[in-house]
Amino acid sequence: MGKKRIWSFLLLMLVALSVVLAACNSSESGTEKENEGTKDNGSTSTGDKVLVFGRGGDSTSLDPSTVTEGESFKVTKNIYETLLNFGEQDTTIHEGLATKWEPSEDGLTYTFTLREGVKFHDGTDFNAEAVVKNFERWANGSEDKFPYYKSMFGGFKGEEGHVIESVTAEGDYTVVFKLTRAQAPFLKNIAMSPFAIASPTAFEKDGEKFGDNPVGTGPFKFVEWKRNDSITIEKFDGYWDEALPKLDKVIFRSIPDNSARLNDLLNGAIDLADGINPADGTTVEGDSSLQLFERPSMNVGYLGLTTTRPPFDNVKVRQALNYAIDKEAIVEAFFEGRAEIAKNPLPSSISGFNDDITGYEYNPEKAKELLAEAGFADGFEMELWAMPVPRPYMPDGKKVAEAIQKNLEDIGVKAEIVSYEWATYLDKASKGEADAFLLGWTGDNGDADNFIYVLLDGDNIGSNNYTYYDNKDLHKILIEAQTEVDEDKRNELYKQAQEIIFEDAPWVPLAHSTPLLAGKADIVDFYPHPTGSDLLSQVDFK
Amino acid sequence: MLRYIGKRLLQLIPVLLGMTFVVFMIIRAIPGNPAQVILGQLATKEAIEALEIKLGLDQPWYTQYFDYLIGLFQGDLGESMRTVQPVANEIWPYLAATFELALFAVIIAVIIGVNAGIISAWFQNSWFDYLAMVIALIGVSMPIFWLGLMEQWLFGIELQWLPTSGREEVRNPVSAITNLYVLDTILQGRFDQLGQVLKHLVLPGIALATIPMAIIARMTRSSMLEVMRSDFIRTARAKGQKMFWVVYKHALKNAIIPVLTVIGLQMGLLLGGAILTETIFSWPGIGRYIYDAIQYRDYPVIQSGILVVAFMFVMINLFVDILYGLVDPRIKYD
Repeated sequence: MGKKRIWSFLLLMLVALSVVLAACNSSESGTEKENEGTKDNGSTSTGDKVLVFGRGGDSTSLDPSTVTEGESFKVTKNIYETLLNFGEQDTTIHEGLATKWEPSEDGLTYTFTLREGVKFHDGTDFNAEAVVKNFERWANGSEDKFPYYKSMFGGFKGEEGHVIESVTAEGDYTVVFKLTRAQAPFLKNIAMSPFAIASPTAFEKDGEKFGDNPVGTGPFKFVEWKRNDSITIEKFDGYWDEALPKLDKVIFRSIPDNSARLNDLLNGAIDLADGINPADGTTVEGDSSLQLFERPSMNVGYLGLTTTRPPFDNVKVRQALNYAIDKEAIVEAFFEGRAEIAKNPLPSSISGFNDDITGYEYNPEKAKELLAEAGFADGFEMELWAMPVPRPYMPDGKKVAEAIQKNLEDIGVKAEIVSYEWATYLDKASKGEADAFLLGWTGDNGDADNFIYVLLDGDNIGSNNYTYYDNKDLHKILIEAQTEVDEDKRNELYKQAQEIIFEDAPWVPLAHSTPLLAGKADIVDFYPHPTGSDLLSQVDFK
Repeated sequence: MLRYIGKRLLQLIPVLLGMTFVVFMIIRAIPGNPAQVILGQLATKEAIEALEIKLGLDQPWYTQYFDYLIGLFQGDLGESMRTVQPVANEIWPYLAATFELALFAVIIAVIIGVNAGIISAWFQNSWFDYLAMVIALIGVSMPIFWLGLMEQWLFGIELQWLPTSGREEVRNPVSAITNLYVLDTILQGRFDQLGQVLKHLVLPGIALATIPMAIIARMTRSSMLEVMRSDFIRTARAKGQKMFWVVYKHALKNAIIPVLTVIGLQMGLLLGGAILTETIFSWPGIGRYIYDAIQYRDYPVIQSGILVVAFMFVMINLFVDILYGLVDPRIKYD
């Protein structure tokens, strides 16, 4: 009797299951068509051109002046505009909300001529008054409100380091900036996303809540934000360039897992995906329905050697490690060759890069000699810190650490790999607790100062100078370069700086990676920007 | 009954208080400074100190703790350090997303798990029994991360049946009322969207249901086996009642109590947010909310997030305890 019962039961379940599946399928066919529509030309049933952009994390705030992380700028770049713009795929200076800009001889006064006929999304006129109000808002703030203002312009109103003495309107469309001292990267700073001009009416009304209802002059205006899920922006009909934007709507989706994001792209749920694993690059290239985008490199991944901790206080030991590590093999294996092998702390695309430096070649014999000279003929034991998270400049910290571990073993150095949760890792490293640690940096404005001074000057010990490297000669050069307005002289100073750093070897520079994105094959005119925030006004579907 | 519920609710207070204390101490024991994380890597020391004062981080821990408790008693869950929003406003959409998914997963787990358990017990040592228990064993030990990615690959990419991530079709977004999208779409009569929302629930729901389903199936089977051997079952069969009713009415009713306990525990666990499932399927739930907060050292969000989750957990268990009485009249609350 048992057998019979089983069969009738299974039959019953089968019937139930097929009913469920049938129900599923009928609802399926309806949406399937819509999906197909989107696959062909990125448009929904209403005929709008919608681009869904998948990325790793959500934004923190949509008021760009209050944040420092890239996921916020990715969105605000399209809602707001800056007085000056970076080039399409570089950090040269181009017109933005200002059409003309003139520095004075001494570099202390800048006169900007503004674009006429521009309106904010709320209907407020864009003019000199609006620019002044934005700068006043920042200058009267504090570092916890406007962190980038502090780091780029030296402080706030009344503070000694503050670079901007005054911002005044002369007529409706001229703004004059007076500086307390010359600042070489001033124009590059002005072009940075955090200094985008917001509607004064809106931020005066909303105060701290402005980041939830952002209003700018950009090609897209804000629609909706579902936290940790999606941010929707749509075409601004009153945009000053009537031909733009070409898309009707852009939806930014947070998809934290890299493999899941690629799955979403293959499934058609998204049109464009940021943060593609180097290992998946060839998969994307092999798929005719997809295309691979390379973001020009503006980063550096390195192995930092804490110069205050023995034996790394000995320059010969640091040089020995530079000779011992096979960078080429690391770039080939873990960046899939999609990276430039690093020899300096900044990538070659940045002006001031010193190409005359040869870099340390892979030479374990020489490394052993140097160790012997330093009195470590038998090697030593050390901790090697591996980043717990993937970053564009370091796709897989643990694997890179293992490769380095093997290299060091060859010269008799026993390295134990250590890792902590990310915030802990940074905290401990900034306190100088690591012997040697993997880390990296993505530039903010494409200026050499933003790499060398920020990462290796004595002033930044405890913040971004994790190696505690402090060279007085280098410091003098870097401070001089900050105020040197003559481009050639300035580049010369940075070249000298790189020579000093090469000799002192506080890092083993590893790679300047090319971060990857993937999109549907029919996306045109998408040019990923080295800063990581992409302007989508030109983007279209074929 | 009411007295019992009242008593249980009173017992909640020390439990939750103890928990706030433990969480408070643990998150402050981990290294990392919220002010540093908020201000970013370029921040100066002075700015970090200024922000610490503003956030009250310069105060001794007991002052911070009591300030927090006083806020709690006034119904203030604190303000997120990162987004500068009150946690009470921020937390609901995440909680709703998790609740919807957890409920869906538990329904799947209960329907399949309980039935599989019953049939396995009924036809003990049959091939169905062996098969079901082997599947259950695989289910308990399945790495969810791998299962999720395989589901996406098979149903999302190869077969193109189901969406691979998120809660809704973003090109046709749901306008949120309660943030329980199934309910919202019904309230608005948007049945096209209801279909999409349900489809989005399927893959993460299955991934999340796998382990509870297996646990429930095994629990049901063992509990049923015990009951099926008792005298009243033999009596019921002896008087000629159909086997189906013997199993589903008499036996199940007597075997269900431990199963209910397990279901309650599992539901409570799922409400804590399944960080892996939420990550793979980009589900904007409470697990990821709290996990992100830990990365940013956003103390108020971590504290209040865990508090809310714990509260839900205790409430579910209370609910299960009350259910016992309804299912089994022999259980009385006094």
